[in-house]
Order: sequence, then structure tokens, then C-alpha cells
Amino acid sequence: MTTATVPRPAGTPRRSRLATVLGRQPLGIAFAAPYAIFLAAVFAYPLGLAVWISFHDYFFTAPGASVDRPFVGFDNYATVLSDPDVRRSFYNVGVFLVINVPLTVVLSLLLANALNAPIRGRTFFRSSFYVPYITASVACVAVWLFLFSQDGMVNQVLGPLAPDPSWLVNSTLAMPFIAVFVTWKQLGLYILLYLAALQSVPKELYESSSVDGASRWQQLRNVTIPGVRPATTLVVILATITGANMFTEPYLLTNGGGPDGASASPVLVMYQKGIEQGNPDVASAIGVLLVGVVLAISLTNRWLLERD
Amino acid sequence: MAHAVVTGPAAPEDEASRAVPVPGPRGFSWGTVVRYVVLALGAVVFLFPFYYMLVGSFQAKSDTSIGGAFPIGGWTLNNYKEINSRVDLVQSLANSGIFTAGVILATVVFGVLAGYALAVLHFRGRGSLFAAMLLVQLVPFQLLIIPLYVMIVRSYGLADSYLGMIVPFAINSTAVFIFRQFFLQLPEDLFSAARIDGAGELRILWSIALPLVRPALLTVTLLTFIGPWNEFLWPFLITKDNSMQPLAVSLANYLSNVAGRASNPFGAILAGAVVLAAPAVALFVAFQRHFTSSDLGSGVKG
Repeated sequence: MTTATVPRPAGTPRRSRLATVLGRQPLGIAFAAPYAIFLAAVFAYPLGLAVWISFHDYFFTAPGASVDRPFVGFDNYATVLSDPDVRRSFYNVGVFLVINVPLTVVLSLLLANALNAPIRGRTFFRSSFYVPYITASVACVAVWLFLFSQDGMVNQVLGPLAPDPSWLVNSTLAMPFIAVFVTWKQLGLYILLYLAALQSVPKELYESSSVDGASRWQQLRNVTIPGVRPATTLVVILATITGANMFTEPYLLTNGGGPDGASASPVLVMYQKGIEQGNPDVASAIGVLLVGVVLAISLTNRWLLERD
Repeated sequence: MAHAVVTGPAAPEDEASRAVPVPGPRGFSWGTVVRYVVLALGAVVFLFPFYYMLVGSFQAKSDTSIGGAFPIGGWTLNNYKEINSRVDLVQSLANSGIFTAGVILATVVFGVLAGYALAVLHFRGRGSLFAAMLLVQLVPFQLLIIPLYVMIVRSYGLADSYLGMIVPFAINSTAVFIFRQFFLQLPEDLFSAARIDGAGELRILWSIALPLVRPALLTVTLLTFIGPWNEFLWPFLITKDNSMQPLAVSLANYLSNVAGRASNPFGAILAGAVVLAAPAVALFVAFQRHFTSSDLGSGVKG
């Protein structure tokens, strides 16, 4: 090895101009370029397009056809806000989140806490908890439909206690049912997040509080829950985003948001208005409103969870 | 789309060794009993539907009584024949496979390059790209379905094509993030030493960095797999041709349209669900330890 191969330290005159423009290793731009182009083409541009469409009278055309798409201001938003189907779907998502988010936080923390000990069969339990998460919604929906159908096993077990009309065709129960299904489906991911967070709670806190005579309940309230608070924020935000964006569950479980729109989600309504009925402008306005609502909920939750 | 947020390789797997000590007399405590009861209840709730799916898929008649969950006879393969006659299972599985493989390939190749650049190289725009990567995780895919549908189906005519299915998922941002975290764990000296020896960045990445982050490749492959394999909405929107539909879509179509006409409709649906669920479950059970952590430690310390 000769000294000639040693690169000049950054800042030596010959390289400095290039280095100030492109950075010390300009090759990084080439390495990162495919990903940057992907983000621009599949996220940034469509995001802008969605907002643009929502402010114009937009309709589908054949490829290459150029047509006039006049600017209509907030017309699409006015249409959306006065549409009872859309209002119902936003109300449904509210019902969903009120049930799904607290249930998710409590159950995933409970199970992660139970897993967080040297116990037999730990790997088995941990794996079994995330089986629903890694399985396709369509497959999970298939078996839940079977279990909760009119003459399904759950109603057979409940006997006279079975709800009438049955779960999926009951306008009061359909949405809570979907909320419970999604909790079951997604819980594995949140258990893993909490399990990782529990590792960073200092062990000494448990030892010293136990010496001071704290009960397990007091330990949970005063050591564990504050210790995993950043994870709780993450779980709440992820569960909110996932819930607000569901489509498959109402589409398949309740046969398109039934009964009579009682379990329709905004994304399902977006699909129906945008693709089925050919009104992409109205659908985009629903999308923009939905993201606005989700963002507002997420920020509020973050503020509520992280203030002291 | 899997919005998994992974804390990175920093979290050690030996959770058990850090776990809370169980107070009370050795061998028996009520706390431990409660713990096992909670875990066992959880396992039953999570696994029973899958057991029921498997049992139901092999039953000649659907029996919804409690005894029906524990049958002693009536086993048959007819449900699989039935679903295969309505949904071309081989073709659907091949479509799912191509869709998934395309996404994994693009994610691994471009994700490693981007992750390496973000972790190791200094170039203009690195900060913005990193910020964009984090921001993307918060953009719900569903907002994008209308514009993406307009672009991919209407403007580029990519309906009923593998490319059209793959493009929106091509590079999983969570995977880029994981790669970056793994590359950040490698000591800086490793790279300076290789550069002094005259190795180019591509060579350093291929011969030095990549072999050290092999666990990340497996983690990323697993995590990326569940996205396209289980994805329903996007391929459902852009495929009208039955011979192009992935299994999740063709099974859903069967579920919502045709099921009523089969002799044992639920049996056939459950058989399809088993075929759809089995590859993902098998992969995760086989590689479960790579889903939470890494065994990177030894590779770096050596």
C-alpha cells in the first residue's frame, strides 16, 4: 500500500468545490436515486394530484385524450360534506376508533407484559400472537364469516343469547364487530412493539419499587405504563391510521358496508364513488378530508399522551 | 400496506434475561399462574380461527355445532377440488408469487443501495431523503388510490399487468429504514479502511457491508413479503382479467359472488383461505426469530 492511495481529507482545495455541491461522496446520489425517484413518482406526485383533482371537475378519460377539466373551487367538498353516505362513513370510523384504539392499547400491553418474563413456551406464545397479523385479511375474513354467520358456531354456543339480527347484518353491531375483528387481526404487531419498548424500562425501577413494597398493580401504573409511553403514542397513531383506512373488512365481512351503510368506511365510499360511479373528483375530496381528520386525531392523541 | 415500524437492531433478543424477576417463593406464585392463563387465553383466541379454518377445509359437510370443531370423520379433499375448479389456484398462486417476488426484488436491490447511501455516504440531499422516508410512512396508501388509479390504469394503460401491480409497492420504505439502521451499526473504521485500500463504494457495499447485514436481508424479505402477498385493494382495483388476479383477489371475488352455488360453500372458501394463509404462516414460523431482532452482534464485534 502506498501513500498515494490515501484519499485527501475533505476540504483540500482540489476536491472542495465538487464536495460542496454534491457532498463528500457524490456516488451516494446515484445509490439513492432509484428510491428518491420512486418516492417522487408514487407518493409526492399522486399526493399533489389527489389535491388537484379534488378542486377540479375531473372524470376518467381514455389514455391520451385531452379534455377540459375546469377548476371548481370547493364544489367537490360541498358535495361530499352534504352527502349522507359520506357523513355516515365518517361517523362509522369514529365508532370504530373509539372501540378499536383503547382495546388495542390495553390488550397489546397486557399480552406484551405477560410475555415479558422467562417462561416456558415463550416463542410459541409470541408467534401465535402474530399469526393473524401476517395472514391475508381475505383469509381471516373467510373464517370469521363462517364463525359469526347466522347459524355459525358462535351463535350456536351463545344459543338464546345470540344477537338478533345476527352480528354482520345487525346495524348496531356491524361496526363494533369490525372493530373487534381488526383489533384481533393487528394486535400481533403492537404486541411486538410493546415487547421491544418493555426492554428499555430500567430493571432497577422494578427492583427498588418492589423493595419499597409496591404491589404489582402499582408497578404497572407507576413504572411500566410511564416507561412505555413513547410506544403507546406510536401504537395509538398506527392503530388510528390503519383503522381510518380500512377497506377490505367492510367490503367483504359486511358485504359492502352493510346493512344499509351502517358499516361503510370512508375508503369504501371512496371506492364506490370514485371507481364504481366514476367520480374521481368527489372521491379525492373524501380522501383529502380523511387524511385531514386522521392527522388531526393523531396530533391530538400525541399531545394528550406526551404532555406532562 | 405494512406500516410496521421497527425499532432497529438495537433491541436485543434476550428479552427474557432482562425480564422482571418474579417475586414470591420459588417455583410457584399466583403471578405466574395469572401470566400463563392470560397467555393461554390469548393463544386460543388467536389460533382457534386458524384451526377451525384448517378443519373446516377438510370436512365434507359444514357442521357449525361445537362438536363440528372436533370432527372424528367426514374428511375429504373435495373442498380443494371445488375451489380449484372455480378459481384457478395454480394461476392465482403464480400471480401472487410474481407480484410478491417483484416487490421483494426491487425492495432488496434498491433498498440496500438507498439504505447504504443514507447510512454511510455523505451526499447532497441526504437529510431531505431521510425526512421524506419517514414522512412517507404517515401517508395512507388509500388516499393515493384515486390518483394512482388515474396514472397507472388511465394514463399508462397498465391495468391487468404485473408491472402495474408492483409499481406502487416497489420499494418498501420500512425496508429502507431497516437497512439504514443495520448499516449504521457497522463501525465507521471498516469503511475508511476499505477506502484506504482502494475499494470503490460498490465493492465495499457488496463484499464488506452486505455480508455483515445478512440478517437484515432476511428480516426485510419477511416483512416485505406480507405486504403484496396479502394486499387486496390495489390488485383488486387494477385487475379485471381473472387470469391476472392474485389469490387474495380471486378468493375475495369467489367469496362475494359465487360462493352460494357450491355444495359446501364454506368448505371451499376455507380451503382457499388455507392455501392463501399457508405460505405466509409457514415462512414466519420457520424464521420467527428474525422477525423481532437480529443476530448482528457477532458480525460487528469480530
